[in-house]
Amino acid sequence: MESLLNRYRNITVLLLVIMAQLVLLAVSAKNPEDVRFIRIWTVTAITPAARVLEGLRGGGNGFLHNYVLLHDTNAENRRLRDEVDKLKMENVFLKNELNTADRAKALQVFQQHTRSKTLAATIIANGAGTNSKVVFVDRGTASGVQRGMAVVTPDGIVGKVIAAYPTASQILLMTDPDFAAGVVTDKGVHGTLKGNGTPQCKVDYVAFEEKVEVGEWVYTSGDDRIFPRGFRVGIVRTVRPGQPFKEILVEPSGNQRGLEDVLIVLEGVHERIPDAPSGMQSVYMAAPPPADETKPEVVAPTTTPGTEADRLRSQYKALGDEQKHQWGENPPGSKPVDLTKLGQSPAPGKNPATSPAGSAGAPASTGAPAAAPKASPAAPSTVAPPKSSPAATPLTNPPAKAAPGAAPSKNPPAVLPATQAPAAAAPPRNPADAGRRMNQSNGAALPEGDQPVSRPAAPAKQPGATPAKQITPLPGGAQH
Amino acid sequence: MTYSGERILLSNQREGQISRFRKWVFLVVPLLAVLFQAYVPTFFPKLSFLEMPLLVVVYFAIMRRNQISGLTVGALVGLAQDSLSKSPLGMFGIVNTLVGYFAASVGVRIDVEHGFIRLLLGFFFFIFHQFLYWVMTRALLGQDMTFDLARTAVVGLLNAIVGVALFALLDRLRERS
Repeated sequence: MESLLNRYRNITVLLLVIMAQLVLLAVSAKNPEDVRFIRIWTVTAITPAARVLEGLRGGGNGFLHNYVLLHDTNAENRRLRDEVDKLKMENVFLKNELNTADRAKALQVFQQHTRSKTLAATIIANGAGTNSKVVFVDRGTASGVQRGMAVVTPDGIVGKVIAAYPTASQILLMTDPDFAAGVVTDKGVHGTLKGNGTPQCKVDYVAFEEKVEVGEWVYTSGDDRIFPRGFRVGIVRTVRPGQPFKEILVEPSGNQRGLEDVLIVLEGVHERIPDAPSGMQSVYMAAPPPADETKPEVVAPTTTPGTEADRLRSQYKALGDEQKHQWGENPPGSKPVDLTKLGQSPAPGKNPATSPAGSAGAPASTGAPAAAPKASPAAPSTVAPPKSSPAATPLTNPPAKAAPGAAPSKNPPAVLPATQAPAAAAPPRNPADAGRRMNQSNGAALPEGDQPVSRPAAPAKQPGATPAKQITPLPGGAQH
Repeated sequence: MTYSGERILLSNQREGQISRFRKWVFLVVPLLAVLFQAYVPTFFPKLSFLEMPLLVVVYFAIMRRNQISGLTVGALVGLAQDSLSKSPLGMFGIVNTLVGYFAASVGVRIDVEHGFIRLLLGFFFFIFHQFLYWVMTRALLGQDMTFDLARTAVVGLLNAIVGVALFALLDRLRERS
């Protein structure tokens, strides 16, 4: 040691002297904050060391508790798992409570907004049959429930009451094979909803040429006298071509949130069916003919030969006779009939005063394509397309309803989607289709609540009357 | 002591003789240097560039050829200089201590009787002194101080020239062997 000090004596002395002066400097000097440098240096020198020591202590303590002292880990783990399970159960319970509250609120809101008189009921039991889709609700005849009443939720229809007891009722769900209801798509295609025994229902009696697309909404049509018109039924999920009817499967929307609370429709009021969403362009549609000119056709059928179809038929026949044209008999290459003069030549048995109305376009254009589509190229642009849904028109096009009593000048031209114009101008491919369209039109013209149950197949048995009836404008002035 | 203009490096320590001074020289010369540094610039501001205490420390260190003696002279002169300046106690003390130590270390191996060597040593240790003071001011005191190397070099050269003359003057105060 002594030799070591002798060997490094000079440097040792140097360091000692330097250190002594550093201490002197630290004691004597102060920083701008009037703190002595010895304190600053000491703190600066000690703090990192203290930090390192604290880190080592914390790390060691953590290591000790996390890796060494684990004797109570299992017990704590069990306790935490029990607590997690308990919290999960509470969470499920609270979610159910929240869901119930949401359903109750939805029911309340729906009851306030619907015009139908409804009664809230809670499902208390299920049917005993394995295949039967039947439930019991806690409302019966004592609450005014009767057999045959509709059962709905804010999301759509659920079923119907098949038995009413004093304190309970039996509900046949729409998924039961025995269930059936009249429905209509948002584009106006009618059909009959039937239970399938599966979560999806099928829509029957939709002719194969009808255009039904996946994703369309299906509503009750009111034809069945059970469900008021305009209630949601479900969404079309599958559409397959079939002969003579399409195979359409609908996913019910009424039981999407689960079936616990339902509404029994005590007094149903028909609702309007929402318009089909489409990006179609609108086209000009002429104003309806004056009421004083169309009214005699309705109130005095003796002035016209039969129905409107017969009147138009006679008009076309007169036009053909005038131009020496035999309908359906002219060979190819012969001169087609000039249909532009349809409104100019008075039809036999018709008042000449109605000619201007005919030239307005509705009868001429709707009927012309059936005979000679190329003969009247300008006709479709001024045509009132027959595809304008008769079920929707009275609701979505108020001027059409008000047409009989209103002057043409006071009725602004109605606007219809452009893509409907070709459908109007195109000749009917199938007489059954035209006849069915006619049936729909007539059904739509009937007052609400008195609509007949749809019979899609029936018009196919009347091929003779269908072409004329398809082009027949409604007496009330509704353009379709 | 004979002066050799041809040899600069000493082959061994025995070749360099230790200069001896009278006791009062160690007391009076540093004191005069410190007083010169403190009072002369007050009356002659143009002489403020002179760093007389540093030159005295360098001279005694290189002539004594003893590191402990050199650092002791440097520490005492530096503390005295600190006492008369506005800098905290120890700043010039530490700097001059290191200068004395390294100057003595150099004097052991170099023939410090050579005038040019003295000029170089004076220049080098002035730069070292200024740089070390700048570093300590920034590191220990946390003060923002500029270091103008060009000006420092010029001033260092002037100090080295003055130092050569001063060293020749102080050589007369050595005891004759």
